[in-house]
Amino acid sequence: MPVERRRHFREKVWLTWLALALLLAWGCRGLHLDLGYIREKLPFLLGLRLAPDGFIQGAALTIFVTSAAMVCALAVALLTAAGRLSNNPFAFAVATFYASLFRGTPLLVQVLIIYLALPQIGIVLGALSSGLIALSLNYGAYLAETIRSGVMAVPAGQREAALALGLPRWVITWKIVAPQALRLIIPPAGALFVSMLKDSSLVSIMGLWELNFLAQSYARSTFRYMEMLLAAALVYWALSIVFELVQLRLERRFGRGIPVVIGR
Amino acid sequence: MSLEPAPLQPLVRVTGLDKWHGDVKVLNGVSLELHWHERVVVCGPSGSGKSTLLRCLNGLDLPQAGTVVVDGIELTRASVERVRRQVGMVFQSFNLFPHMTVLDNCTVAPIAVRGLRAAEAREIAHDYLDRVRMARHAHKYPGQLSGGEQQRVAIARALCMNPTLMLLDEPTSALDPEMIQDVLDIVLALAEDGMTMLCVTHEMGFARRVADRVLFMDHGEIVEQGPPGRLFDAPGTDRLRMFLSRRLPGGPIAR
Repeated sequence: MPVERRRHFREKVWLTWLALALLLAWGCRGLHLDLGYIREKLPFLLGLRLAPDGFIQGAALTIFVTSAAMVCALAVALLTAAGRLSNNPFAFAVATFYASLFRGTPLLVQVLIIYLALPQIGIVLGALSSGLIALSLNYGAYLAETIRSGVMAVPAGQREAALALGLPRWVITWKIVAPQALRLIIPPAGALFVSMLKDSSLVSIMGLWELNFLAQSYARSTFRYMEMLLAAALVYWALSIVFELVQLRLERRFGRGIPVVIGR
Repeated sequence: MSLEPAPLQPLVRVTGLDKWHGDVKVLNGVSLELHWHERVVVCGPSGSGKSTLLRCLNGLDLPQAGTVVVDGIELTRASVERVRRQVGMVFQSFNLFPHMTVLDNCTVAPIAVRGLRAAEAREIAHDYLDRVRMARHAHKYPGQLSGGEQQRVAIARALCMNPTLMLLDEPTSALDPEMIQDVLDIVLALAEDGMTMLCVTHEMGFARRVADRVLFMDHGEIVEQGPPGRLFDAPGTDRLRMFLSRRLPGGPIAR
């Protein structure tokens, strides 16, 4: 019974996760954490309270920065992938040049150039816009490669069969190629977005009150580094798990028609 | 599919096709006429240009020289979609869309190209799936079907576009032996209904039964053509004689 076996597999996975989580919690007991302080600061870390200037802060800001950068990165990546797959040498060159430049330099350096160096030539961007631009451009370059490889992995016969049926180009792209490419794009893209969630902590260096920034400043004021940094790590992890669950759903959605392998 | 009176104009007129793949000349001045309701089988050694000839008829390959006219429409970049609407194609590797159910495979083009309403397209699809004896698998995905079943769906998918010409590119070459006859029977029924078809195949018994005419291709040229009986029993060229003897060593062509 494959359905039965799949259920058993899933049960065992959950139990093992639970055991490992308990083990981790038990290990943390030895750290003598000041749980009261964590409980006091958690609403701020999570961003349930607004910052003194009325702006969102903590995890809420982290989520905002990540989602906004995700949308922009996706747009940039689609354009870049189209350029890389195009027969136009100009579009190809622009796409490869951009991808090479932004994959070949550190994200931190990019953030600093946009925020600190551009004002020198008169371009002054706010902390939030600088962060968004840097994250979008950096991750757009990686995501473009992921998209390109997904599109190229769709067998040529699929496009040919669609052409032979007389389907117009946009229908072939959206109904035949994109759904099949997405199945291959979603796992690595999900990994990129989880990684972006964590890299969004880099914008804290520009004084944005996101999760990592708050954790550090609370820690500094009371010297409760262990409490605050562990709390921040836990929140990042929880957010990542949400991302992973979304990814899993999308994988199932676009995996239709592909035989189910155990463990999915 | 009713038998309309055959017009005098041939359905397909191919003149002087030249096709290069890089340095290799795959088609060398191929000319060909296909009449309404005519069943033509193309045979020849691999690399002789059979598939390329088929693919030039619906613009999957574009020749460097020569013209293709299908039902009065000259095949150009501008007219290629109009021609494809009339020409169905069945591939050696089926090429069903794996992320769509059997039914959706058959309705996607009628809805997007012929502008049919979804309900109407489904009805037509069910009719053709029934004809290929796949109606009860309509809800399945291609990955759940055997090769022979997939190929039958691919034939139904092409028929749902109501084509005037069917191109079959080695439709049974990727199938296990026990499934070949199932697919051939479907093609046979199609031929008996009067569908104009051009079929690349190595199934000589099948060629004998359905073909009005057999084309033998070698090195990008049509070397010889005629009714299957004459071609197989009394080949007029050494090249065909050699091809036939290699295909069926020591035995007569299957009847």
